[in-house]
Amino acid sequence: MSALLEVRNVSRHFGGLKAIAECDFSVTEGHAHGIIGPNGAGKTTLFNLITGIYKPTAGEIVFAGERLDGLRPSRIALKGIGRTFQNIRLFKQLTVLENVRIAYDSQLRYSPLEALLTLPRMGRNEAESIAKSSALLEAFGLGALSDSLAGDLPYGLQRKLEIARAIALKPRLLLLDEPAAGLNSGETAALTEFLRWVRTEYKVTLLLIEHHMHLVMGLCDRITVLDFGQKIAEGTPEEIRGNKRVIEAYLGAEEE
Amino acid sequence: MEYFAQQAINAIQLGAIYALIALGYSLVYGVLTMINFAHGDLFMVGAFFCLIIASLFPLPFVVILVLVMLSTGFLGALIERVAYRPLRSAPRVSAIITALGCGLVIENLVSSLSPYAKPMPALFSVTGYNLGGLSISSLQILIIGVSILLMVGLDFFIRRTSFGMAMRAISFDSRTVPLLGIPLNKVISVTFLIGAGLGGAAGMLYGLAYPVIAASMGVLVGWKAFIAAVVGGIGSIRGAVVGGFILGLVEVMTVAVLPSTYRDLIAYSLLLVILIFKPYGLLGKAPNQKV
Repeated sequence: MSALLEVRNVSRHFGGLKAIAECDFSVTEGHAHGIIGPNGAGKTTLFNLITGIYKPTAGEIVFAGERLDGLRPSRIALKGIGRTFQNIRLFKQLTVLENVRIAYDSQLRYSPLEALLTLPRMGRNEAESIAKSSALLEAFGLGALSDSLAGDLPYGLQRKLEIARAIALKPRLLLLDEPAAGLNSGETAALTEFLRWVRTEYKVTLLLIEHHMHLVMGLCDRITVLDFGQKIAEGTPEEIRGNKRVIEAYLGAEEE
Repeated sequence: MEYFAQQAINAIQLGAIYALIALGYSLVYGVLTMINFAHGDLFMVGAFFCLIIASLFPLPFVVILVLVMLSTGFLGALIERVAYRPLRSAPRVSAIITALGCGLVIENLVSSLSPYAKPMPALFSVTGYNLGGLSISSLQILIIGVSILLMVGLDFFIRRTSFGMAMRAISFDSRTVPLLGIPLNKVISVTFLIGAGLGGAAGMLYGLAYPVIAASMGVLVGWKAFIAAVVGGIGSIRGAVVGGFILGLVEVMTVAVLPSTYRDLIAYSLLLVILIFKPYGLLGKAPNQKV
């Protein structure tokens, strides 16, 4: 299996703060890859670098053989990187179906002229977009809620909908920022199963930030550990579990 | 009674034009939370584009309307690209001042090219109809019909098309939209294109209804339409329409019963009262407060 995403010596500084320092790792196609680390380790900053919200101060990010750094976020998304957020970012005042359609329709053309020229085709595009988006919601078990406002859904279903919206982009890589945040242990176990299903069903590589160790250890093929913006360890769940530096970062070094 | 019914027709005509302009303010506010103070001058430019096109080519009404909307629309999108986009992350007040500046530049450019008010040519021969004692002209029917058609079309566009959904999504959360593969800048360009296009159409219709046009005509009408958009609920499409018609109705009915000097006094006092009771406008929603 080859590397789908390569983060090569990437640094990102904010003023004097090194949020990410010479971070270097790669995500194998088909894997579920976990990123763990204490709060403030730079995990979300890393996601923001991959999705183009921030540009790296140094280093390069390569996706499927192409440089990503420097591209606009919308271009990166269309290259096949979907994303969810730590604090759910659905369009709460739009319906469940519309939330998914927005992502699905982004693969259609977007320019002022094309918008005018495609007006006659609008009916067909709309029907197709509704059909495909509804099918996706159906598969996610959200079909009955299509016309509800996204903001009215219970928390757990909002998380699910956010994943469905990211999948509507037909991504090859799905970035999940703390998907289990706010879920209890039963729900977290269900989420683990659900993410396994998403991964096989949509043939998508997962890169996830997570604090719930059960989820990370149960789902991930490989784990990268960050602390103070640097990679301090990488390996299989078993290797990470026994890694002394990781235990130190999480629990603090023992004083001798 | 007949007198008031007659005035109601005039009110609908004026209200429709205010509503078309108000839509432009609301659309732009929706995607950028910014007031495009050059919009009133784009309205004026629409009237002048109509004059230029109509005096150069004897084209049918609909063709001229489309040309006016396209040319004004592209001018609006151009202003956004050149003047507003570089200031997108600048302080709000800079963007406001830039918008005011753009409006003044356009207004003074037009007034230097055309220092005196110009008569607007009639695009067709206007016939009057008599409906049970009420007189209505073919021009009035056309103005009201075209305005309503454009508003219904816009409402459909916003609600049903992917562009419309993207525009609504941007108004709720512009940070997330690009991460779903939607090019933010293109959607914003199209929003300006549509908003300015509607403003241009309004300018053309206004010029036909009150057929003397001048570079300064956009100032007062622009302010009034802006107020209509705020009263309806800025950012709300249907609110802009409601606000436009209310303003038209109040203005016309005030003049119908009182001396015309009272028009703006009564109209704006009423609007102030509406805002005291509905600070977010009639159809506007209070922003979601983070707890």
